[in-house]
Amino acid sequence: MLKIENLHVSYGGIQALRGISLEVPDGKIVTLIGANGAGKSTTLRTITGLVKASSGSIQWNGGELLGKPIDKIVGAGIAMSPEGRRVFADMSVLENLRIGAYLRKDKAEIEKDVQWVYSLFPRLEERSWQLAGTLSGGEQQMLAVGRALMSRPKLMMLDEPSLGLAPLVVQDIFSIIREINKQGVTVLLIEQNANMALKIADLAYVLETGNITMSGTGAELLANEKVREAYLGKNG
Amino acid sequence: MQYAISILLSGVSLGGQYALIAIGYTMVYGILRLINFAHGDVFMVAGLMMVYLTASLPLAASIPLVLVLTVLLGFIIERAAYKPLREAPRMSVMISAIGVSYLLQNLATYVTGGLPKMYPEIPGISNTITIAGAPTKVVTIVTPILVLALVAALTQLIHHTKVGMAMRAVAKDFETAQLMGIKINAVISATFVIGSFLAAVGSVLYFTNYQSIVPLSGALPGLRAFVAAVFGGIGSIPGAVVGAFIIGLSESVIKGSSWSIFSDAFTFALLIIILVVKPTGLFGEKVTDKV
Repeated sequence: MLKIENLHVSYGGIQALRGISLEVPDGKIVTLIGANGAGKSTTLRTITGLVKASSGSIQWNGGELLGKPIDKIVGAGIAMSPEGRRVFADMSVLENLRIGAYLRKDKAEIEKDVQWVYSLFPRLEERSWQLAGTLSGGEQQMLAVGRALMSRPKLMMLDEPSLGLAPLVVQDIFSIIREINKQGVTVLLIEQNANMALKIADLAYVLETGNITMSGTGAELLANEKVREAYLGKNG
Repeated sequence: MQYAISILLSGVSLGGQYALIAIGYTMVYGILRLINFAHGDVFMVAGLMMVYLTASLPLAASIPLVLVLTVLLGFIIERAAYKPLREAPRMSVMISAIGVSYLLQNLATYVTGGLPKMYPEIPGISNTITIAGAPTKVVTIVTPILVLALVAALTQLIHHTKVGMAMRAVAKDFETAQLMGIKINAVISATFVIGSFLAAVGSVLYFTNYQSIVPLSGALPGLRAFVAAVFGGIGSIPGAVVGAFIIGLSESVIKGSSWSIFSDAFTFALLIIILVVKPTGLFGEKVTDKV
């Protein structure tokens, strides 16, 4: 379980996170929704160690993550599919997957997991030798998710996986996220597409200018008046 | 005919030596987007180490020791002068590189007293042989073969090993590489180690052709190798090698003609032309940012 307590993060003089606390229980899908600049990405980036926190704590299965180097955090079973996909454009699809398993040494198991990712995303198998930069946006997103899975994470963090994708592709991605979760991976999902995210989430938090203002199950927030107005674009 | 052959041979050999330096420039640029101005001086320091080590040690011990110490020097330079500036603007790192360059030159002046130092004869590669009637040093033949072998090994390393994969990833995207669990500082150090190693090999081959070495001996070969790296497309290893052979050959041809004194002018004119006509060089990467 991931447990964040009173986390403060600031960039220069700007406070991006003003003491947030949240929990990501094992085996669940948890989503953070909020407007641009609310601090969603900052939260994920702080968990992975890309951003340094000014105070607070991030507990992962009882151990403190703050202050640990990124490779130790990844090694502890936390993987992230970054915003904007960030696949390695001039490497093949297969190489992108292999590099996702960079910290692992079990060669036979890595090959098995490549096959597992290909079974989740048959489109990637067809394009195994293609350079990642030549894939469509949806395929790149699949690759970014597959690459993160290659480290065999216990917790998978996804930063805006639906960004810039066609609605049908978004549905594909979300059904895969569910599938991954069913196979035992905890998911922490950040989304602008609050509607989709809340539908698949067990737990949801609303982030506004660095504070958590609401939380509840996905269904509760989906029914909440304020959430509907602010994030789902529905009046009443 | 003999004359043509000897010019060609020395051009290829010179090109190979530039290639070994140019790879260091291009690899560091590829990963840090830094033009490592100190690289030519590392090459010079390797030459001086050779002078001092052979004074007290046999050749068989001096050469490996020069390689190891040069690698160490490259590693320390990166850790001391570039790593602390990782988050700083690129210009700061570049100025730091210029600082290291002058530091090495001045240290060398201090140690040598500014006097030229006799470069040792290396039996085997300093010897003269005759090829198709043209007398030349063995090093002329050894250089291109050694360069091709080293480049082949380097290509294997970059494309077929984990370290190589990590290098390519770090060169493209620091942050995402870190998310894969790659330690970028280790990868950057590895890059400097490889670059310095090749510069040390290049130094042994290059200075064998000269009587002596001075603290500024690294400046011009370094600059020409840099031009070669830009010519081939900075960031690209095949580019640096091809560029270096072209620069080496044209320098040798011009030096063999009555235009001899213009050889550097030609090299740098080439730099200006390539920057104007094709700024990315022969094999330079196109910037593809797909979001």
